[in-house]
Amino acid sequence: METKRKEKGRVIEQKEIGKNIYSMWIETTISGNGRPGQFIAIYPKGESTLLPRPISICESDKKRGRLRIVYRIAGKGTKEFSQYEEGETIDVMGPIGNGFPLLDKKAIIIGGGIGIPPLLELAKEYKGKKEMILGFKGERFMDKEFLPYGSVEIATENGSSGLKGNVLDILEKGEHRGEVILACGPYPMLKGVAAYAKKRKIPAYVSLEEKMACGIGACLACVCKMKEKDSHSQVPNRRICVDGPVFLAQEVDFS
Amino acid sequence: MNKKVIIGGVELKNPILTASGTFGSGMEYNEFVDLNCLGGVITKGVSNVPWQGNDVPRVTETYGGMLNAIGLQNPGMEVFIKRDLPFLKQYDTKIIVNVCGRTEEDYIEVVERLGDEEVDMLEINVSCPNVKEGGIAFGQNPCSLEKITRKVKEKAKQPIIMKLSPNVTDITEMARAAESGGADGVSLINTITGMKIDIHKRKFALANKTGGLSGPAIKPIALRMVYQVCQSISLPVIGMGGIMNGEDAVEFFLAGARAVAVGTANFHDPYALIKVRKGIENYMEKYGIEDIHDLIGKVQ
Repeated sequence: METKRKEKGRVIEQKEIGKNIYSMWIETTISGNGRPGQFIAIYPKGESTLLPRPISICESDKKRGRLRIVYRIAGKGTKEFSQYEEGETIDVMGPIGNGFPLLDKKAIIIGGGIGIPPLLELAKEYKGKKEMILGFKGERFMDKEFLPYGSVEIATENGSSGLKGNVLDILEKGEHRGEVILACGPYPMLKGVAAYAKKRKIPAYVSLEEKMACGIGACLACVCKMKEKDSHSQVPNRRICVDGPVFLAQEVDFS
Repeated sequence: MNKKVIIGGVELKNPILTASGTFGSGMEYNEFVDLNCLGGVITKGVSNVPWQGNDVPRVTETYGGMLNAIGLQNPGMEVFIKRDLPFLKQYDTKIIVNVCGRTEEDYIEVVERLGDEEVDMLEINVSCPNVKEGGIAFGQNPCSLEKITRKVKEKAKQPIIMKLSPNVTDITEMARAAESGGADGVSLINTITGMKIDIHKRKFALANKTGGLSGPAIKPIALRMVYQVCQSISLPVIGMGGIMNGEDAVEFFLAGARAVAVGTANFHDPYALIKVRKGIENYMEKYGIEDIHDLIGKVQ
């Protein structure tokens, strides 16, 4: 296992690939443990922005010592990141979190909006059969990058491409049959995915997010409610940063 | 260079501590910070039974600071004693357990349970602004603060530090109450109650609506309060509130703090404690200061 560390990384490519959505390649020795779905923390430089920003690893190129993130401008920190140019030195910490399990089962990989990026590395490394379902508000991004790894079906809320609706509408058509679901996206989508998986009696692994502070499991800011008591916390809360971000949906209390 | 200080009869090899709630019991930060380099670890709040804490979101960033409303989630004293304490005991650092409770009896139960454990000091949390019962309720009224201090002191086998809240009109009144109640020291400041609203969602940024403000934004307030308290009582004071580097820590020493605690800075940089330590050493070297006591309370 690669242990967490904080180090200087260097921006080697930055591109705007959608409205307020950026793709950045970073030169770093942090590469992830071969468990797609892990994330890194990037530290904004100003002292007015104190907290590291958790951003999932979109692609990892161990050989060349670089990784890619795809992120949306959501506030001051990510705005700052979007302005970095090639050569900028940044503080990064990672790899953090458990990541998705790589199983030998037919998987439906489901992504919504800015939850899609970590699924690219997953699609690449997942050895079992897989189908992808991606949902967008309107403008698509990254969808074509999934094509080499399997079929990709798209839903858009405004109907500009694919099915008009969301990923759950695609699932409900019942044309996708998998033995496991692997998903990342907004909370309502994951809740819907969890309900669907329960109905189909198949396991679903969902990647959750929450406001974080330390990013290493100490501060207990980013917890999610579970159905059962957790042995570490002794209460039905688990830490998204280090116990997650990927959880078995059946164990999460989505109520 | 002497950096040893004594608080409540306990010798700290250096005056650098971790602020409660920002460092867990050190297990996670141990990957970044050698705990042997610290004067002591002040643990996250420990209660008699497990506490679930507040709903999420529990934190939000503000300009030069952050608001938190974790709500003292902790696994309870039995798990702390079985799991966290043996971990901390491996290191050459003092163990200061932060004790929280909803009622007087809760505090006493934890204090008594820890009495025969290898714990060096207790920090009594009567200032958490994010729980409905207990916490700050004991720390905003001098009479109740003096009363709980006395009761805890009667039962405690270790020295007790009362952690004071800045959310009061006159913090020196609280410090005097702690002193009258028999405390061995005080630590301050806990966080300042604040609020943030997400204008796009038109919602509170925290599920708890309010939270405790920490980070460099509060340092001037913390420093002023530490100075005032040092002027009004003779107990040792542990100063904290927005310390990011060695220079910040030196300000607290000059204001009269005998030790300092580093909190939010750990989130900004997991190596912050080491940097603060180095920064203090650099300052002492630069000005030819042989003993940290030549800084404590020496502001003119």
